[in-house]
Amino acid sequence: MYQYDSYDQKMVDARVAEFRDQVNRRLAGEIAEDQFKPLRLKNGLYLQLHAYMLRVAIPYGTLNGAQMRMLGDIADKYDRGYGHFTTRQNIQYNWIKLEQAPDLLADLASVEMHAIQTSGNCIRNTTADHFAGAAADELVDPRPYAELLRQWSTFHPEFDYLPRKFKIAIIGSETDRAAMKLHDIGIQLVTNDAGEVGCKFYVGGGMGRTPMIAPVIGDFVPPLQMISYLEACLRVYNRYGRRDNKYKARIKILVHEIGADEYRRQVEEEFAHILTLGLEPPPAELERIKGFFEQPGFDAAASDDLDLSDPDFAVWVKQNVHAHKQTGYAIATIALKPVGGIPGDATADQIRLMADLARDYSFDELRVTHAQNIVLPHVKKADLYTVWQKLDEAGLANANLDLISDIIACPGLDYCSLANARSIPVAQKISERFADLGRQQELGELKLKISGCINACGHHHAGHIGILGVDRKGVENYQLLFGGSEGADTSLGTITGPGFSEDGIVDAIEKATNVYLDQRADGERFLDTYRRIGMAPFKEAIYAKEPANG
Amino acid sequence: MVEQNLRYRSDEPVADPAVTVDAFADQSNATAVRIEPGDDARDLLPHLDRLALVEVNFPAYTDGRGYSAARILREHGYQGELRAVGDVLLDQLSHMRRCGFDSFAPNHDIDRAAADKAFATWPEVYQKTVDGRPAIWAKRHG
Repeated sequence: MYQYDSYDQKMVDARVAEFRDQVNRRLAGEIAEDQFKPLRLKNGLYLQLHAYMLRVAIPYGTLNGAQMRMLGDIADKYDRGYGHFTTRQNIQYNWIKLEQAPDLLADLASVEMHAIQTSGNCIRNTTADHFAGAAADELVDPRPYAELLRQWSTFHPEFDYLPRKFKIAIIGSETDRAAMKLHDIGIQLVTNDAGEVGCKFYVGGGMGRTPMIAPVIGDFVPPLQMISYLEACLRVYNRYGRRDNKYKARIKILVHEIGADEYRRQVEEEFAHILTLGLEPPPAELERIKGFFEQPGFDAAASDDLDLSDPDFAVWVKQNVHAHKQTGYAIATIALKPVGGIPGDATADQIRLMADLARDYSFDELRVTHAQNIVLPHVKKADLYTVWQKLDEAGLANANLDLISDIIACPGLDYCSLANARSIPVAQKISERFADLGRQQELGELKLKISGCINACGHHHAGHIGILGVDRKGVENYQLLFGGSEGADTSLGTITGPGFSEDGIVDAIEKATNVYLDQRADGERFLDTYRRIGMAPFKEAIYAKEPANG
Repeated sequence: MVEQNLRYRSDEPVADPAVTVDAFADQSNATAVRIEPGDDARDLLPHLDRLALVEVNFPAYTDGRGYSAARILREHGYQGELRAVGDVLLDQLSHMRRCGFDSFAPNHDIDRAAADKAFATWPEVYQKTVDGRPAIWAKRHG
């Protein structure tokens, strides 16, 4: 894992000092709230319905045991004993007091963490494949590039007041586990026939009220020109992105309106100019960073055998454990999705337990996934049973990864000042309706995603089943979508028709899953069946009038 | 009219009023120009040698186009005064300086001592820009 040197540490310390000064000026009445707002937002501090919410950056979703432990301690010290892991691979605390926020940031800085640029119209925390450095199908480890990107984007003076927020994701596998094409910029590290690494740039994707899949803008940018190419992409956007309408201000609208070809032409022109300026960190810097991401000291003699005689353990392994590139090791995902629970929430004690497990069994490393789960990336197969037992004792052995109850949900109207409808109670009701794990397994992989408003923080456009909460004449109403996906086969969901009540949406989903069970061909997931048979059979089932009881 | 209060140059200030980018093209003797957010700073590139002052207007501090305009001018060798005018706030000064601004005419008071403190916010910088400060990567591999 990357470790700060004195330069990196100085930067986060300077930020803590700057923010402390800003908070003091605000509390003293020297700056007005409307001037303070963008400053606090750049430190991830939102004013929500009930209190301040603080969003902490977890760069490319990677953290060590000490950092995770601090996240647990912060939940106890400054919040109500829990934290909420988000779809941006970050963690949010919902009950923060403004006057304590500088102390919280200082605690974070003590473990090389921060809340820099986790909000505001700037380059946000970069996300990455949560299996980076571990996945059996990995071509190039994206983490060194993500770290290079983190440093470049931190306090970038030209791009701090963009038309709108800007999100970058980076992957290095054929399998896209980061919803890369649904970002403002998605970078896929690829190799050519000569074995050289290149960056494939997808620009102009996004969700929100106008979901778009990003087109390819740069086919094969040399890694040692990645920063220059990013400068070019961002500069064209900063200059020409729309600023007249907040809802048309994301880069996807610019790319869509002028067309991918014209955007590419402008980027190429700017890129040619920027290459003359020498803005790119030298090769030695990438090499220095790569040094932090060497393989941990795996036991080459570790056995690949796994004793699956405990049936509950076997179920968890089947669902939550993935293949590792190293023989004798596995990737274990901790699903933060208990039946009836809040997706992504963990208590301080659970967070500290996960920190301990990482330290003892996963080379002191954890990942946060965009699906609001936690990964132990490097677990020896011989230790898996022990890990599972400890998780089970803490209520963290949910064996529902990628099943219908592994729901992504935004905080919704329970917390968020932008929301039109609640998301959490809907997620809870669905997980309760499908509580039986056998039934969930029968339904197979089914990605269900809920947003409480059109901003789509719950990724509803990309759900095999998506739910969008809207406000209909003062009543919460839920629209249903089918057919979204976020991987290599990225697609956007289609709305079924009229919306449903909170209970009605749960019934409709159950009816849709029955159509799937009825119609599926061998090996088909819900998504595959939907793509094959289309909307009509589903629509017929979910909108059918109930026969009158006789 | 706002009184300019923050200038970080040793040469004499330009006395001429700044003209619009459109007007500038037709006035072969003008030495001062004012860029609005929608103007293309590159239109000025053929005339950099006769320019002594470029004002970049920030009607709202949230409109960041002026940062790119400033950097483009400096990247192409503009040496004259580059002045940020309008809704320029204390907490934006440091980034503006990094993008090449060397004078500031905010439409509200900024205390000079507070401004000097703002410029010292960042002990180091991660990016190479046009202000001559070495990026952290350059120091690491100096």
